[in-house]
Amino acid sequence: MAEPRPVLEMTGIVKEFPGVRALSGVDFRLFPGEIHALMGENGAGKSTLIKVLTGVHPLDGGTVTLDGKAVRIGSPLEAQHAGVSTVYQEVNLCPNLSVAENIFIGREPTRAGRIQWKQVRTQAAEMVDRLGLDIDVTAPLSAYPLAVQQLIAIVRSVGHGDSDGEGSGTKVLVLDEPTSSLDRDEVLELFRLMRQLRDEGVAILFVSHFLDQIYEICDRMTVLRNGTLVGEHMVADLDQVQLIELMIGKALDQLEGLHEHQLRSDVGETLVKAEGLGRTGGIAPFDLEIKKGEVLGLAGLLGSGRTELARLLFGADQPDSGKVTIAGKQVSMSAPNDAIGAGVAFCSENRKTEGLVLDLTVRENIILALQASRGWTRPIPASQRDELVAKYIKALDIRPANPEARVGQLSGGNQQKVLLARWLITQPKLLILDEPTRGIDVGAKAEIQKLVVSLSEDGMSVLYIAAELEEVLRLSHTIGVLRDRKLVAQLTNGPEITTSKILETIASGEHQ
Amino acid sequence: MSATTKTRTAAEGRTASKPAQASAATRLLGDRRLPVLVTVGLFLAMYIAGISRYQNYGFGEPQVFLNLFIDNGYLLVAAVGATLVIMSGGIDLSVGSVIGFTTMFTAWLVEEQGLPLLLVIPLALGVGAFGGFLMGYVIHNFEIQPFIVTLAGLFLFRGLCLVISKESISISNSTVSSMAQTRVSLGLGELSIGALVALVVVAAAFYILHYTRFGRRVYAIGGNEQSALLMGLPLGGTKIAVYTVSGFCSALAGLLFILFIQSGDPLHGIGMELDAIAAVVIGGTLLTGGSGYVLGTLFGVLVLGLIKTIISFEGTLSSWWTKIATGVLLGAFILIQRAMTARKQT
Repeated sequence: MAEPRPVLEMTGIVKEFPGVRALSGVDFRLFPGEIHALMGENGAGKSTLIKVLTGVHPLDGGTVTLDGKAVRIGSPLEAQHAGVSTVYQEVNLCPNLSVAENIFIGREPTRAGRIQWKQVRTQAAEMVDRLGLDIDVTAPLSAYPLAVQQLIAIVRSVGHGDSDGEGSGTKVLVLDEPTSSLDRDEVLELFRLMRQLRDEGVAILFVSHFLDQIYEICDRMTVLRNGTLVGEHMVADLDQVQLIELMIGKALDQLEGLHEHQLRSDVGETLVKAEGLGRTGGIAPFDLEIKKGEVLGLAGLLGSGRTELARLLFGADQPDSGKVTIAGKQVSMSAPNDAIGAGVAFCSENRKTEGLVLDLTVRENIILALQASRGWTRPIPASQRDELVAKYIKALDIRPANPEARVGQLSGGNQQKVLLARWLITQPKLLILDEPTRGIDVGAKAEIQKLVVSLSEDGMSVLYIAAELEEVLRLSHTIGVLRDRKLVAQLTNGPEITTSKILETIASGEHQ
Repeated sequence: MSATTKTRTAAEGRTASKPAQASAATRLLGDRRLPVLVTVGLFLAMYIAGISRYQNYGFGEPQVFLNLFIDNGYLLVAAVGATLVIMSGGIDLSVGSVIGFTTMFTAWLVEEQGLPLLLVIPLALGVGAFGGFLMGYVIHNFEIQPFIVTLAGLFLFRGLCLVISKESISISNSTVSSMAQTRVSLGLGELSIGALVALVVVAAAFYILHYTRFGRRVYAIGGNEQSALLMGLPLGGTKIAVYTVSGFCSALAGLLFILFIQSGDPLHGIGMELDAIAAVVIGGTLLTGGSGYVLGTLFGVLVLGLIKTIISFEGTLSSWWTKIATGVLLGAFILIQRAMTARKQT
């Protein structure tokens, strides 16, 4: 394929946030009439690159060339004028206005300052019709489901830049995770619209966590990792396993051989049983069994539904379907309180925002869950409290070993231990750990992993979520593999299970 | 969830369905005009009830109806300004103080400084609009809640009243009194100048809200401020303009209040911002912004006025019953709003 001139060229893009280099010298190009995927794990710099392109963030270095001309894009409005339109994951339209008005607002045709409503309606209807959509433009936006609102946002985007509503002034259309809350039919409709616009010569930048969708719709992809460019490939030249390797930055054979077992082999009777548990927009219905003393590891890419699964088991999100049985009793799971009552504890991956109270002391944080389960009318006696806190500070080796220290001042690893201590003190039957080792140093990481093993030996069940497959593999009796918000396989850990095997399962989406 | 797209390409090989027809009841409850219709219905019911109960006392005379405009013209103008602000998702608590200040400022300039009325009127309107502009500027540029900024405005303007004088200043200017007494005949009855001005303001606000880009921006910002920004609408300019208009309306309401009461007093208009907000809410405008009609506000004011009229016809009831009735209505209308927004979220 002969390469025409790119419509958009970004060269040596650098973006720094205080303390973080989000993008270091990334090159990116986009050709007219192609759908281009921007790939990378969370934190790889995808959103930052898009925000630089659409004028939300000013860039700290590098050049942007649009249609052969160097441009500086300072705001979303300037980006629109330059021909770069964005449709965000959250639909950014006004639900209280009509569809036609949402398409036209800010550029309504006027005569002597008076809006020509008839013209607005007929032109909006024409634009909607031209793109093959059947939408009543006089209806309020809120009358349509989110998927259709997203299509309307695209209609608005591509109609931008020309006042008469004919043709398209948009050269580049950025779709940032547009499919995350759509069902299959809605995705197909979106894809049809994307193909039509591509065939009209619009360059589309598409971001999605769903690999299948990337392979279905995209022509070319750019892969980022840790703020650097890994490569640009035609989608047809790269299979899913290769793509995942590029995204996580490790070749499969490198991952082999790291795998050792120190797990006790016998596990007890079934403790937690989930049947058909699911939540629309969160995770597809799944069946899951966790035995007493078992460590169940969850593997999958970021955004594959790992956290969503854990939140359902903790009642932090309400399931739409299915039921949960814990120790033989069915639990309603309509609120975390139900789960806590049944002996489930949950350490969130966002320990600073969803776990700890940073302004309180170590002691207050540790005692929080136990006190909450007793109710505020029955305070824990001071002597008993201090004894418990001292015991767990010692057991987990929390440093500084000062119950009066403010949690916000502790290192990440010690914060994680405080959070763990808080739940261990309640003596849960099932401990859910969502990325407990993220962002903490190697030593603390090993300690936490050792702790998980010893807890399991003492008969506590653990649901363990980690981004690193080796970690999951090392600790788990059983590995649940997630992909595209679905639990696709449950592998019993054994010598034949390797990280490459897990990766293959993630990539293929089925148990091999 | 229903797909609403027609399949044009056979390649997709699937059929799309039309949105399911909502039941008549849900559609009615979802209609943004519902609160206004409820208010109109309430007004008519109260009016008819008044006619049947006070038939012998002349409640049915057209002039009793027209008096609603004459007696509440100033409130109507203030409420129109408040409608714009609330529609944009904000609130203006300075309305009553600006009205009080305008009466003092005008009385002082006319009576004690001897300035001609033709100069004083634009000056008073300008000061009100400038006050609104300043509050809008602070709200937008420093990202402070409108509630706090306009609360500061409330105290500031009330204090300025007292700077001018602690005593009330009665207006004996002949032009003012002749304007106050002028009645324009409509055949069935007559209207005062104040009532006419108020009706013109309502008509102008209706036009601005529905037929200008500025008006639509007010709705958009009230609907979703973040979206409005990302759609490239000038957020700051619109918000500042909304508060400027509200300040202008408050000052104009102050001038109409002078025609009504013919004096300046540092205590004039105390709590009137709350009457204005009550009228706006009873008129069906959502306090969360983005939904409402200026004609609803007109009926909101008429309902409040009618309560006062009915209580005066009743004769034995204390005027405090006005407040009680307003409170009950306000509570009922907030519940209706809640029911509407709750439905939308599902």
